[in-house]
Amino acid sequence: MVAQIKFNDVTLGYDRHPAVHHLDGEVASGALLAVVGPNGAGKSTLFRGLVGILKPLAGSIATGGLDVKDIAYLPQAVDIDRSFPISVYDFVGTGLWRATGFFGGMGKAARDRIAHALSAVGLNGFENRPIGTLSGGQMQRMLFARVLLQDARLIVLDEPFNAIDARTSADLLDLVKHWHAEKRTVLAALHDMELVRANFPQTLLLARGPVAWGATADVLTAENLLEARRMCEAFDDSAHACAVDDLPSRAA
Amino acid sequence: MIYDALIAPFTEFEFMRRALAAVIALSLGGAPIGVFLMLRRMSLVGDAMAHAILPGAAIGFLLSGLNLFAMTTGGLIAGFTVAILAGMVSRSTGLKEDASLATFYLVSLALGVTIVSIKGTNIDLLHVLFGNILAMDDPTLLVIASNATITLLVLAVIYRPLVIESVDPVFLRTVSRAGAPSHLAFLALVVINLVNGFQALGTLLAVGLMILPAGIARFWSRDITGMICIAVASAVLSGYAGLVLSFETKVPSGPAIILTAAVLYIGSVLFGSVGGLFRQLFPGRHLEA
Repeated sequence: MVAQIKFNDVTLGYDRHPAVHHLDGEVASGALLAVVGPNGAGKSTLFRGLVGILKPLAGSIATGGLDVKDIAYLPQAVDIDRSFPISVYDFVGTGLWRATGFFGGMGKAARDRIAHALSAVGLNGFENRPIGTLSGGQMQRMLFARVLLQDARLIVLDEPFNAIDARTSADLLDLVKHWHAEKRTVLAALHDMELVRANFPQTLLLARGPVAWGATADVLTAENLLEARRMCEAFDDSAHACAVDDLPSRAA
Repeated sequence: MIYDALIAPFTEFEFMRRALAAVIALSLGGAPIGVFLMLRRMSLVGDAMAHAILPGAAIGFLLSGLNLFAMTTGGLIAGFTVAILAGMVSRSTGLKEDASLATFYLVSLALGVTIVSIKGTNIDLLHVLFGNILAMDDPTLLVIASNATITLLVLAVIYRPLVIESVDPVFLRTVSRAGAPSHLAFLALVVINLVNGFQALGTLLAVGLMILPAGIARFWSRDITGMICIAVASAVLSGYAGLVLSFETKVPSGPAIILTAAVLYIGSVLFGSVGGLFRQLFPGRHLEA
């Protein structure tokens, strides 16, 4: 079992205030890991650090030599300008950036891959629609099609099934399982405990720090969930510098 | 008769031919930039940048009089400085780009007016503010043409990152580091084209040949490629028609070009096939699916 991701005592946050505090641990290559926790637990922050948009305040995250292009990231609040005049086909095609870059042409093979990705998420016939005309669920399907094309070793999904109907989330969950079968490493932030118990072998319960991490059945116990809820968002404007960093062992 | 009105001015007078060549070059470079400015909600940023160029051009004027080369160089330096400083401030501090740009351009505008008022007459000021497309000499025409060429080449290189950054900036940040460089390159192109338009239309109207065609294109196409084509075509058309109008009447050429574009714009707002008012009032029967 090779570790794909290593968190080395990582602290992530904004303006020196930590949102994820001293996280240590490893994610095995090919793992299917659910990240659960109350709102404000630091799930999104952890993902932002993982994909490299947020620099750790302390510690480090090693991704086993993965290039930034080997990571596909689907953020929670997707910052997409839906009024931009671009078709579903072209939008999904941007997932091929890794293969095409600035100038690479879109040959027959690339067009086949786009068509295949669109049918895999059930968006046949939507090729020429402007992205602004899609419903919420269709939008999420389209974003999954782009992740599909990114062909990444590590896939990071931040609350992918929020505000999505049952049918759509079942379809998209099948894709996630398919990625798992292809030995890709998949991390997903989720709120639906039933869904996690049924489909995700491993779970990290996060509440700023890790509450529990391991096999899903062991992690999602009543005490653990209560504990996570209790570890509230301890944001303090006049907080002192974290003392852990001053310990002699770390200074050395 | 029609020949006399529409074609004769250009066959008989060299300055009209030069003006037409200049306006076509300006349209080819400026209109695509205008489309991106509009889609990135930066239309007014273009206007702000146009003011930011003023102190540079004014310093050029102060040093060597009404020498277009000196004024262009000065304008480019001032414009780049403001664009890059504003871009860096907003990228590194999280201050929105429009706010940081507003600060920089207000300072430049104050500086520019101060410098012009140190040395210069009202006629100089008019030239700086409104340009003169009917006085194109060879060097000026060459500068305009090469700036348009540079614009199209650079735009071709940064086209994909620019489109992706406009639609989904976070996605671009996760797959590539091309976002910031291509954004800065785009701002540089904005400056180049403003300086270009500055020669012909002056500080105040230079941005018109970029933004108005983009606004027109929005009403005729749902697709960015189509928008760029329509924007270029309508810019060329307004340039040509504006020159004819100013030749036949007493309207000065710069305002004539922009006014023609404005007429096209109003027509597009009313009758455009994508979201035009007329289309909204009489949408036709709804479809089956």
